[in-house]
Amino acid sequence: MEKPLSDNPGSQEAICDSRRDFLHTCSLAAPLLLLALQAKLVRAFAASEPVYNPREHRYGMGIDVSRCIGCGRCVDACKNENDVPREPFYFRTWVERYVINSGGDTSVDSPNGGISGFPAITSEKGILRTFFVPKLCNQCDDPPCVQVCPVGATFATEDGVVLVDRDYCIGCRYCVQACPYGARFIDPRSRTADKCTFCYHRITRGLLPACVEVCPTGARVFGDIKQRSSPLARFTRFHKIHTLKPHMNTKPKVYYADLDEEVR
Amino acid sequence: MPQQLARLLVVFAVFTGGLVVTRHLLIPKTFGQRGHYRAAAVTTIQVRPLRYAGREACADCHADIVGLHGKGRHQTVSCEVCHGPAAAHTLAPVENQLPAPRKRAYCPLCHGYDPSRPTGFPQIDPVSHNPMKPCITCHNPHQPEPPHVPEECGACHGEIARTKAVSRHALLPCTQCHNTPVQHKVDPRLLHPDKPRNREFCGQCHAKDAPSPREIPRIDLATHGGRYLCWQCHYPHMPEVD
Repeated sequence: MEKPLSDNPGSQEAICDSRRDFLHTCSLAAPLLLLALQAKLVRAFAASEPVYNPREHRYGMGIDVSRCIGCGRCVDACKNENDVPREPFYFRTWVERYVINSGGDTSVDSPNGGISGFPAITSEKGILRTFFVPKLCNQCDDPPCVQVCPVGATFATEDGVVLVDRDYCIGCRYCVQACPYGARFIDPRSRTADKCTFCYHRITRGLLPACVEVCPTGARVFGDIKQRSSPLARFTRFHKIHTLKPHMNTKPKVYYADLDEEVR
Repeated sequence: MPQQLARLLVVFAVFTGGLVVTRHLLIPKTFGQRGHYRAAAVTTIQVRPLRYAGREACADCHADIVGLHGKGRHQTVSCEVCHGPAAAHTLAPVENQLPAPRKRAYCPLCHGYDPSRPTGFPQIDPVSHNPMKPCITCHNPHQPEPPHVPEECGACHGEIARTKAVSRHALLPCTQCHNTPVQHKVDPRLLHPDKPRNREFCGQCHAKDAPSPREIPRIDLATHGGRYLCWQCHYPHMPEVD
């Protein structure tokens, strides 16, 4: 007598059945597996820092000349933060003191960039007006230093900050010559060009540049030009703004409020 | 194909190949990705270590001082202005202690008198202001209230005080012309002293018939200066005579 097929475990059809069952189960399990994997991926992304997109930003700085007290804390902080040589002559930012006499002649001094303050003015006789002006790289929209670099070692990033590629710079000093603001210097250790980066490593992490962080009177304001609610946008709305050497057509992004005509 | 053409092709191929290889070897990998520069350089600059932690970081541990500091007049002065860069301190607080300036020479960096500073900013003459005493014996740098209300207006308005001191108005007290609310000396921005408003005010001393000492220069209020107010031509803190 012939046995029913299903009773025979070794038969062809029984094997087919169990294989079909197995594949069916697998097809059900697959989406579950994918879901589990996705949840893990989502968690991994949430844990990591939000990715910085330079195209969403355009940075600038405002300087209120009438608030600067010439304490030089910005100069000191800049050297600390960016590892700038401590000797005089090497500055990413510095403070100048302008003294305009009633005769019309102007004298400017900046002893060691103002890093340890300014010597007292002995006599106030004949002084018409006097004030401090902090200076730094103007982060031009049309930077002459980038134009002249023969190797492409200095460049404007997508967020508008002009940077120097230290590993690629050949130290030819064209950019030092080209900068109308005297903002660049050659680092004596690496013999490459160096300058203010708006503390690029800080601003891309959402922090303020070191000089803005330590300015005790709020004379320096940092922010995003693109963002309408940034401190910089407010600063440029409520002050009369002037830039340095506008006739050079460099389109600086450092905006001075209450700037005197004598300041170059 | 003629033999010379084949040779020319070989030379051409070698030259092109050489060019491609040289370009590949000499031009850095990420050059031109985002512009005429090495995109990797941006990353190198971005990952530089921080030295200044930012004032928000201090509040995590020093909430008491940050709270006190946030109410006082030094609230705009970040902790790291006086205590120096604190990023290393936030990572290892015990190993990296931060300095606190206690010497008398430190505070005049901001508060020493300098005519270039904006007037109204609190300034003292480091030579005559309690000589030799460290500032912190009288002032708490985290909430720097003056130990007593300053007697002299020159404590803040140094430039005006010094100018007036060598002028013909040297002997006039500031309050002769400015009614100063007491509160102005405690909270300067809350109430402001007033200023004279009309020519008759100066006329109290300088008019022809004023009951003042004879050596004081006199003018005829009706004809002198026409439509101008006195201080539009004469600076009262250093009156010009000619």
